[in-house]
Amino acid sequence: MIELKVNGRTQSIAADPDTPLLYVLRGELQLNAAKYGCGLGQCGSCAVLIGGEVVFSCVVPVLLAENKEVTTLEGLGTEDEPGPLQRAFIAEQAAQCGYCIPGMMIRAHALLRKTLTPSDAEIRRALQPHLCRCGTHMRILRAIRRAAQEMRSAAVEPRGTAAREPVL
Amino acid sequence: MRLLKAGGIALGVGLLLIVAGAAGLAAYGWRPAIDPVDPPTGFDPAMVETGAELAAIGNCGTCHTAPGGKPFAGGLALPTPFGTVYSTNITPDPDTGIGRWPEAAFGRAMREGVDRAGRHLYPAFPYDHFTLVSDADNQALYAFLMTRQPVAAKAPANDLPFPLNQRFVLAGWKLLFLQPGPYKPDPAHDAAWNRGAYLAEGLAHCGACHTPRNLFGAEEKDRRFAGGDAEGWHAVPIGSLSPAPVPWTADSLFHYLRDGWHGQHGTAQGPMGPVADSLAAVPEDDVRAIAAYVASVMGLPDAEARKRGDALAAATADPAGPGTRPQSAGSQTVAAAVPAQDPGAAIYAGTCAACHESGRPSPFGGLDLRLSSAIAGDSPANLIRIIRHGVPAASGARGPIMPAFAAALSDRQLETLLAYLRGRFSDRPAWTGLGDAVRAARDGEVAAAAAASH
Amino acid sequence: MSAGLSRRSVLQGAGGLVVSFALAPAALAQKAAPQPALPGSLEDAPFLDSWIRIDPKGAVTVFTGKAELGQGIATALQQIAAEELGLSFATPTVVTADTGRTPNEGYTAGSHSMQDSGTAIRNAAAQMREILLAEAARQIGIPAGQLRLEAGQVVAPDGNRRSYGALAAGLSLHVQAQPESKLTDPAAFRVMGQPLPRIDIPAKVTGGEAYVQDLRLPGMLHGRIVRPPSYGARLAALDIDAVEALPGVVKVVRDGNFLAVVAEQEFQAIRAMRLLAAAAQWQEDATLPDQVRLPEALLALPAKDFPILERYGATPSTPGRTLEARYTRPYLLHGSIGPSCAVAQQEADGLLTVWTHTQGVYPDRKAIAEMLGRPIEQLRCIHVQGSGCYGHNGADDAAADAALLAAALPGRPVRVQWMREQEHAWEPYGPAMVAEARATLDEAGRIADWNYGVWSNTHSMRPGPAGSLLAARHLAKPFPVPAPRPLPQPEGGGDRNAIPLYTLPSARVVHHFLPDMPLRISALRSLGAQMNVFAIESFMDELALAAGADPVEFRLKHLDDPRARDVIAAAAEAFGWSQGKPTAPGHGRGFAFARYKNLAAYCAVAVEVAVERETGQVRVPRIVAAVDTGQVVNPDGVRNQIEGAVLQSMSWTLYESVGFDRSRITSVDWSTYPILRFDAVPDSVEVRIVDRPGAPFLGCGETGQGPAGAALANGIADATGRRLRDLPLTAAKVKAAIGV
Repeated sequence: MIELKVNGRTQSIAADPDTPLLYVLRGELQLNAAKYGCGLGQCGSCAVLIGGEVVFSCVVPVLLAENKEVTTLEGLGTEDEPGPLQRAFIAEQAAQCGYCIPGMMIRAHALLRKTLTPSDAEIRRALQPHLCRCGTHMRILRAIRRAAQEMRSAAVEPRGTAAREPVL
Repeated sequence: MRLLKAGGIALGVGLLLIVAGAAGLAAYGWRPAIDPVDPPTGFDPAMVETGAELAAIGNCGTCHTAPGGKPFAGGLALPTPFGTVYSTNITPDPDTGIGRWPEAAFGRAMREGVDRAGRHLYPAFPYDHFTLVSDADNQALYAFLMTRQPVAAKAPANDLPFPLNQRFVLAGWKLLFLQPGPYKPDPAHDAAWNRGAYLAEGLAHCGACHTPRNLFGAEEKDRRFAGGDAEGWHAVPIGSLSPAPVPWTADSLFHYLRDGWHGQHGTAQGPMGPVADSLAAVPEDDVRAIAAYVASVMGLPDAEARKRGDALAAATADPAGPGTRPQSAGSQTVAAAVPAQDPGAAIYAGTCAACHESGRPSPFGGLDLRLSSAIAGDSPANLIRIIRHGVPAASGARGPIMPAFAAALSDRQLETLLAYLRGRFSDRPAWTGLGDAVRAARDGEVAAAAAASH
Repeated sequence: MSAGLSRRSVLQGAGGLVVSFALAPAALAQKAAPQPALPGSLEDAPFLDSWIRIDPKGAVTVFTGKAELGQGIATALQQIAAEELGLSFATPTVVTADTGRTPNEGYTAGSHSMQDSGTAIRNAAAQMREILLAEAARQIGIPAGQLRLEAGQVVAPDGNRRSYGALAAGLSLHVQAQPESKLTDPAAFRVMGQPLPRIDIPAKVTGGEAYVQDLRLPGMLHGRIVRPPSYGARLAALDIDAVEALPGVVKVVRDGNFLAVVAEQEFQAIRAMRLLAAAAQWQEDATLPDQVRLPEALLALPAKDFPILERYGATPSTPGRTLEARYTRPYLLHGSIGPSCAVAQQEADGLLTVWTHTQGVYPDRKAIAEMLGRPIEQLRCIHVQGSGCYGHNGADDAAADAALLAAALPGRPVRVQWMREQEHAWEPYGPAMVAEARATLDEAGRIADWNYGVWSNTHSMRPGPAGSLLAARHLAKPFPVPAPRPLPQPEGGGDRNAIPLYTLPSARVVHHFLPDMPLRISALRSLGAQMNVFAIESFMDELALAAGADPVEFRLKHLDDPRARDVIAAAAEAFGWSQGKPTAPGHGRGFAFARYKNLAAYCAVAVEVAVERETGQVRVPRIVAAVDTGQVVNPDGVRNQIEGAVLQSMSWTLYESVGFDRSRITSVDWSTYPILRFDAVPDSVEVRIVDRPGAPFLGCGETGQGPAGAALANGIADATGRRLRDLPLTAAKVKAAIGV
C-alpha cells in the first residue's frame, strides 16, 4: 500500500506503484478536476501540484508521489467556498468547454505562489505547456491577472477584514 | 639600507616593467578606428542569399538575438567563467548597430576581433574561428547583415571584473591564442574535406563549444573536439572520445545536423537545437562537408566499439511495440515487471519506460535509451537537464514533446534514477558525485532564471 | 427559414437522392404546408409540455433537444424560459438532449440551436405564460391584463395570488402551440440580453462532476478499444490468453475487426489494451493519397458537378481585367482536448442506456440500435457534456463502442475512453478542399463577372445509418459505409458559403462534389464555409488590390445588405481601419467578412499581423471582430463564442494539417499535430456586438471561422507583399515566399 497525502488528507492507495497518479486521483480518490487529455504530457489537462510545483499526473507514477504533498484543484476551493483563482475564473467566465481549465488553474496557482506580480510574458511562458482547443486563451490570461490582483489586495489588508486568506 | 634601496630599485624596475609591459601591450594592441560611412544600400540579391546561408552556418542569429528580442539586435547574456558578456547589435542600425561600418571594418572584426572604433572584442564572439572565413564570404555576410531590419537597441554593458574589462588585455590573449586566418587548405586532403574543415573550423565554430578551454578561456588546440561546456549543457566530445553508443558516421551526422535528429542518436537538444534549425536552410553539400570533416576528426571506431555499435544498431533497427502503431492503442507500452527491491528500476519502469520502450521512432518517440549519448557521456549534466525540463513543444511546428519531471522527482529519486539509467543502458563506469551534479544543475537553473528576469 | 425543408431534415441530409441547387423562394413557397408553420422546433414537437413542465410545487423544467457543448446554450435557453415565464433566472432547470425526456431536435449543429430550440422555447414559454395568466384570471375573476407575474406567482392588484404550481396542477399543458406568441418586448427584458454567468462553469472550476468523463456508476467497468492500425485493416491473428490472465480483466471482446478489453479498473484496462494490441496482427492494404500532392489527388477524383448559382448579367461579354486564383486547404482535425468517452449499461429488462457527448442523441440512438439489431425503444441516449467537439468527432463512435461492450456484459455499466492517438487517427476530419476563383473587373473597378468552383467531399457522415459508426464497420458482419450525399443549399456542405453575399451581376458557382473519401471525414465547425470564405475573401482582396481600392471600401461597394454593411463598418471602426496601414516594419492588416450560410449571423474580422522576416513566423497582435447575431440572449456567451472561433480559426490557418503517409495517419498526437499555444496568442481580441433587439435569433457559433482565417491571410499578404493561397500558412511557407 502506498500512502498519499492529497489536499491535506492522507490516503492509502491500493493501486500498483507504476499506476499513473492521474488514475489514482480519478479512480480511487474520485477527484474529477485532473483530466485525461493525452496521457503523454503534451497538453496539461492532468496537471496537479506536488510540493507546490506542477507535474503532469498522466506520466507520473503514484510511487513518485509517496510522502509528498499532492494538491489538486479541489484543494484550492469548493463550489460553495471557491478560492481566489476559482472566483476569478468564474468572474471572467474563463471557460468554454472548460476541460483544459483545471490544468491552467493549477499552473497559475504555482506561478502566483512565486510572484503576485507576474508580467503578461511570464504568465504566457508559464502556460506554454498547456493547450486550449476552444480558444479561451484571452479569458484565461484575464482571470489569472484578476486573481493576482485580488490576492495582492488581500495580502495588504489587515487580518480579519479579508473575506478569506489567499490559499497559497 | 642598501637592501632596501636594492629592493626599492627592484620594485621600481618591476613596476616599470609592468607599466611598460602594459603600455607595450596597449601599444601593440592598439588598432586604428575605421571611419564610419553612411549605411550602404544596393546589394546584389545573389550575394545577400549567399550571405544568408553563411549566416545560417555561423548561426549568428542565435547569439545576437535576445530571448523575445528582435533578430540580430543583440542583448543575449553569455555567461563565461570570467563574467557575463552581452552580444552586440549587428543590425544595420546607424546608431546602435553596425549601420555605419564599412565592409573593411566588418572584415577586420571577423579576421582580427576588432570593432570599427578599434576596440578589441571579447572572444565570446568566436573570432578565433571566424578569422578563417575568406574575404569573399565576409563580403557576402556583410551584404546579408546590411540588408536586415535595422533595430535601435543598445546591448547592456558587459559585467566583467577589473582588469578584464580593460579591452587592451585582449591583445595579450590574441597574441597567445589567435592564429589569424584566412583558412589555408591542407594539401594532404581533398577539396571536399577542406571545404568541411573550412566551414566547421570557421563559421560553424564547432570547437567553440565542443573543445575544452584552458585557464585563459582559450580552446586547447591539442584536444580538439574533446568536449566542452556551453550554457549549462555539456557539449559532448565529437572527436575520438565521442560517447555515442552507435558510432557516428558522416551520413548520420549529416542527417542529425540537417534534420535535427537521427534514429540511432536521438534529437538535437539544448544549444544544438538552434544549430540544427539554422542548418536546415543551408545547402545540403555544405552540411555534408561539415559532417564529413567532423567524422574524419572522430576517426573510425576501433573494432570493439564497431562491433558493439553494429549489434546495437541491429537490435534497435526494427522497433516493435505500440509506438509503431500508435493509432491502434496509443503509443505507449506496458512497463515491464519490476524486481521488488530495486527503486531505480521501479522509477524507470513507472516513469520512463512507457514512452522510451514503445518503439515509436525518432524524432517523435522516446529514444531507446541504449542509444543515448546523454547516458553514455562522462558528465550527467545533459541527462539531468533533459529529465528535469523535458523537451518543450516547438511553437506552431511539429516536434517531439517530453514532459518535465523536475517537480515529480526529489533529488534523491533523481540520483537513484540516474544511477540506474547509467548502469542499465551503458557499459561505462558509474558516475560519481551525482548529488553534486544534481545540485549544480538546480543552482544553474536558479541563476539562469535570475539572469532572465533582468 | 425556408418552409419546405425542416430543420431536422436539413441537418440529417434529406433522405433519398438530393440534388443540390438554389431554390428561388417562390418555388419553396409552393411547397409550403397549408397551415402557417410553428416557430422553431415547435414545428417538429408542437406540444407545449414537450418543452416546459411545471410540477405542483412550482418547479419549472425546460427541455431542449440541443446539447451543451461548452457554447453556453443551456444557460441561454434558461434565460429565455425565465424571461418569458416571468421567473428569476435561477428558477428553471434545463434538461438537455435525452431520448427519454426531450424533444428530438436532431443535432446540435449548424449554429441552429438558438434559431430552432431558442425560438421554440421562447414561444412555448410565452404561450404557457398566457395560459397560466388566463387560468389565474378565471380563478380570481379579474381580467388577465390586470394581473402581474412575481417570483413564480400570478398576483392580482389586491394581493390575491396563485402559484404557477397550483395553476399548472389544475390544467393540462399538453396543448399544441400556436403559430403566434405574445413575446416580451426587448425594452422590458430582465434576463434575456444580460451577460449572466454560465450555470456549468462553477462545477468545472472546482472539480465537480461536469463531464461524461466524470461519470461514475456503481459497479462500473472500464473498457478500451484496440483499433486497427489503418483504414480497412483486417485482424489476421490474435492470441488473447495472456490478456485474459491479466489482473482485473473481465472480458476480451472480439467481433470481426472490432477488438476491445474490459477490466475492473481503468489502468488495468489500459495495460490490457496495450498487451492486446501487441498480441494482434493485422493485414493492412490502405492506400492513402500522397500528402505532398493532395490538391492534385482531390482534383483527380471523380466529381459530380452541382451548379448552385447561375446568373448572367445584361452584357454578354465583359471587357476588363481578369484575375484567377486557386486556394487549397488540408484535412483538419477537430482535436477535442478530451478524447471521446461514453458510458453504457445494459439492464435486465432489455433497456440499454448510453451516456454520451454526441451532438445528436436521437440519430446516434437510431444508428446504434440498427447496429445491435434492436428496436430503438430499447435504447436510450442521454447527453452528458464532453470536451468541445467542434462538430462530428469521435463521440458517436465512442457511444457505439460502449453500447457494444455493455451488451456483452449485461448488468454492469461499461465506460469506454478513447486514447489520444485513437482520437487523432480515427475521428472524421474536416475534408480537404480545393477552390478556384476567376473574376473580371470592369473599368470602374467593380466585379463584372464571377466564377467560383469548389471541390469537396460531403461534410457530413453523421449517423445516419449504422455504417456511420466506426465499430459497426469493423464487426464480423460489417455495416457498409453509407453513400455520401451533398447537403442541399441553402445550407450546403462543401459549398456552404460558396455563394458570396456580394452583389454580382454575373456569377456562376459550381459545387464539384467528390463522393470518394480517401480519409474519413465529416462535419467540422462551419463545414465548407471556412474554406469558401477563406478563398472568396482572399480573392476579394486580390481584386481590390488590382482595382487599387481599399479592401473595406471594395467590399462595401459590392454589398447592399444593410446588416452586412453595418457589421463591416463596426469592425473597421473598432479596428481603426481608416487610420491606414500599420507602420511598424513587418506589420500588416487584413479584413474579411461573411454571413454564415448567407442565413445566420454576420461577422467581420479585422486583424493586425506581424511577420518576422528572418523566420516567416506570424504573430497576431490584434484581432477585432464585429458580429450581428440578431436578438442577443447572452452577450458574454456571444463574445466567448466569437473569441473562441477566431483563435481556433487562427490555429487552423497558421499551423494545422492532418499528416499521413501512403497507408496510415501520422499525426497522432500534439507533437505531430501542433496547435496554437500561449506564446502565439494575440495581445488583444475585441468583439463588438451589433445589437438587434427583437430580431430573430441567428446562430453565431460558427460565423467567425471563415472571416478570421481570411483576414489573417489578407494581413500576411499586406505585411509581406506576397499572397499565400494554400493552408496552412506556416512559417516555412511564409519564409519561402518572402525569401531573404
